[in-house]
Amino acid sequence: MRMQRRTWTNRLILFLSGSAGVLGLAMLVWILGDVAIKGSSAINWDFFTELPAPPGMDEGGLANAIVGTVIMTLAATMIAVPFGVMAGTWLSEFGRESRFGHAVRYVSDILVSAPSIVIGMFVYIIMVKTMGHFSGWAGAVALAIIMLPVVSRTTEEMLKLVPHELREAALALGAPYWKIMPQVIYRAAVSGMITGIMLAVARVAGETAPLLFTALNSPYWSESMNEPMANLTVTLFNYAMSPYDDWHAKAWGAAFIITLAVLVVTIFTRLLLRKRSKH
Amino acid sequence: MTTQTEPKDTQESIALSVRGLNFYYGDKQVLFDNTLDIARNRVTAFIGPSGCGKSTHIRTYNRMFELYKGHRAEGEILMDGINILDPKQIPALELRHRVGMIFQKPTPFPMSIFDNIAYGLRLHTNLGRKEIAERVEKALRGAALWDEVKDKLNQPGTALSGGQQQRLCIARALANEPEIMLMDEPCSALDPIATAKIEELIDELKRRLTIVIVTHNMQQAARVSDYTAYFYLGKLIEFGDTETIFTAPKKQETEDYITGRFG
Repeated sequence: MRMQRRTWTNRLILFLSGSAGVLGLAMLVWILGDVAIKGSSAINWDFFTELPAPPGMDEGGLANAIVGTVIMTLAATMIAVPFGVMAGTWLSEFGRESRFGHAVRYVSDILVSAPSIVIGMFVYIIMVKTMGHFSGWAGAVALAIIMLPVVSRTTEEMLKLVPHELREAALALGAPYWKIMPQVIYRAAVSGMITGIMLAVARVAGETAPLLFTALNSPYWSESMNEPMANLTVTLFNYAMSPYDDWHAKAWGAAFIITLAVLVVTIFTRLLLRKRSKH
Repeated sequence: MTTQTEPKDTQESIALSVRGLNFYYGDKQVLFDNTLDIARNRVTAFIGPSGCGKSTHIRTYNRMFELYKGHRAEGEILMDGINILDPKQIPALELRHRVGMIFQKPTPFPMSIFDNIAYGLRLHTNLGRKEIAERVEKALRGAALWDEVKDKLNQPGTALSGGQQQRLCIARALANEPEIMLMDEPCSALDPIATAKIEELIDELKRRLTIVIVTHNMQQAARVSDYTAYFYLGKLIEFGDTETIFTAPKKQETEDYITGRFG
């Protein structure tokens, strides 16, 4: 009698948890499928090569927004990676036990989970307000601030995985610390460090809020990063909010491109990690 | 307790002369007044139970302890008349160029076999491509590894077997042409065949340099060394030529340890 009840409880719970899993997966498939179907129909050659067209016209593309997003993400990476790698190195090699190290680690963790719109506001105050106009640089800095803690914490974790004996062995050959770091230790941790950078790129590639306050957007080619800069996410936001059907289609196209880019980066990262764990 | 023993054969020259070595981890003293001479072109083995200070002792010879906060050594270790414990008399980088070290776990660098060996050469010399290649070959031959790796010098050092990796590390240290080689339990991660190869190699190497080896394996100490030092609780209990230590130790404590009644 009791056994029977247990068996049935077991089946019920298994059914419920199984359904929850299927439901979660279904949502994901639904979203991705919707984006893929509606997005891919908006994608054509013009999408990548033409400037946005006024509403009501079936032509035009988002070339400037694609280029703008790529440029700002690259610039953000250039800013965040050196600082992030150096901070991670310090945390792993010199600040492991120090109070300041613990403080830096704690603040990084808070920064990782800080709402990105707050970071957008912050950069708006310190850069956009003082310069008097929106700019691509402000956008890049906002994205870099979001990337920084991700890069520094993964760098730290990856360096900590490098066995201590390797450092001693390199130092025992008479090498100074500043040489063994890039020559031996980074090399041992490089795939993990790249993974961290990729994850940070994937994280900021889809950010809208920080750009809304900093790079704004632009319907034109941006001639310099000192001007407001077109980007996919804010364009997606504006187009989706508009009342025009052809802009809605373009918004789906933008969503598709962003999703695809993040997916590609994530898959690439996974492959790198798998290659690493084989060693 | 101080036991000062000179090498038996007075004709032998002294590579390192350790006088009154004390060592501290912060406030805790772990080596007490260690005094001994390391004979040139001989193998000296340090034995003793875990935590007796033999590894701590050997790590003063290349000032490896400097990496760690609060670790400090007192006393004198003379090499050619200079006190190697004094950074003013010899910088750590130069000392480690002259005194190589092999660790318990093989530590190939994440680079090719060739680059592993060339690492020290590129660090300390301005040799050209060709000379580096020659010195790499010489070092690999010196470590009895050349025949096994000569066709795959561009493969990663991590792809070698454990014993080969350890010989790679020996070759890497040899490329610096050190005067002294410290070995901190170099065989404890290796199987018996790989161990035998390393022991053969040690016998070969002592023609060219001085070897100090820390080992948990007393048979190994008896097989490879000319002199043996027995440490217990940070003190050097007995030091003398290996045969005497293993056949007729003067101290009861040494005998108890060697015969396995203790430790």
